[in-house]
Amino acid sequence: MPITIAFDSGGNAATEPWITAAKPTYPCLIDRRHVVAELYDMVNVPTAVWIDERGKIVRPSEPAGVTDAFRKMNRTNFSIPTDAMNELQAKRKAYQDALRDWVANGAKSKFALSEAEVLRRMHTPDDSQVRAAANFRLGEYLFEKGHASAAQKYFEEAKRLRPESWNYKRQAWALEDPMKAGGPEFWAAVDSLGDGKYYPGAEDI
Amino acid sequence: MAIDIIYGARVTDGVDADAKGGELWLKAADLERVSGWTHKPEGFCKGDVCVPAPAARKDEFVRGESYNLAALAELLGQPMVADAENRAYCFGEAAAERRRILTSLDAPDFTLPDLDGRMHSLSQYRGKKVFLVSWASW
Repeated sequence: MPITIAFDSGGNAATEPWITAAKPTYPCLIDRRHVVAELYDMVNVPTAVWIDERGKIVRPSEPAGVTDAFRKMNRTNFSIPTDAMNELQAKRKAYQDALRDWVANGAKSKFALSEAEVLRRMHTPDDSQVRAAANFRLGEYLFEKGHASAAQKYFEEAKRLRPESWNYKRQAWALEDPMKAGGPEFWAAVDSLGDGKYYPGAEDI
Repeated sequence: MAIDIIYGARVTDGVDADAKGGELWLKAADLERVSGWTHKPEGFCKGDVCVPAPAARKDEFVRGESYNLAALAELLGQPMVADAENRAYCFGEAAAERRRILTSLDAPDFTLPDLDGRMHSLSQYRGKKVFLVSWASW
């Protein structure tokens, strides 16, 4: 059963066109406060977790079939070079094949990880990262109450405390101006990664 | 002074509290309503768990019939963020508690709405494999 979670403080207004277009046959949930990001320690989208029939995590939060291919995009005409596109499609197919294998074979699938391997791959938050989450939550609350400029102060602190969270950055930009989450600020932040990955961990399947 | 308090998943607006400096004093009934914690002779209790306030620092936690939620949060390792101007406080989860829950490998439960406002909990899908995947419009 796929369950999709939209990390979107914009709620239904922001998500409805996308969900309607997908004609889903599975639950598509709206997470205005990024509750699931906090519970599962997710810092980007798309991030996925595999949960078995007993409610046990068999793959912890990881990028779901994506690569950094978009970083090679031509920023004028938005085209992506063929080799980067091929790499992205191969990654997506490998991830989907792994998911199908788990659906068919359950615990026998090699893609359902052992407890030790889940724990090895799992990241858990430290003190400053839970403080980042509390700042983000207060910012979101103030935004919802109509205090947009007060909210940005707490979003800024969340971003400072957890710079690897693209969820914080892009959500805060989007609340300032819907175009900002993919605008010059976004690209400058991506470029500042240098050799670092936008989707770390995407290489392991 | 009426204060809005976010305590994990609970949001309680307009709580009558005495806030000054880093302290947040609540009456017993409000302490429970806001946070789920109650004060008993053995300490602050929720469910089966009781946490004693350090005896030497009792005055930081209890003053007559009032209780300092900020001191309790510090004792529990929870982050507290306050906006004085808009009288809003946010208490997050302690890192150790998040770690304990995640490393148990039991998928943390949550309840969220779909577009129609129907609520779904992860736990209602127990017995099925769940592919939980995030996305965003931004």
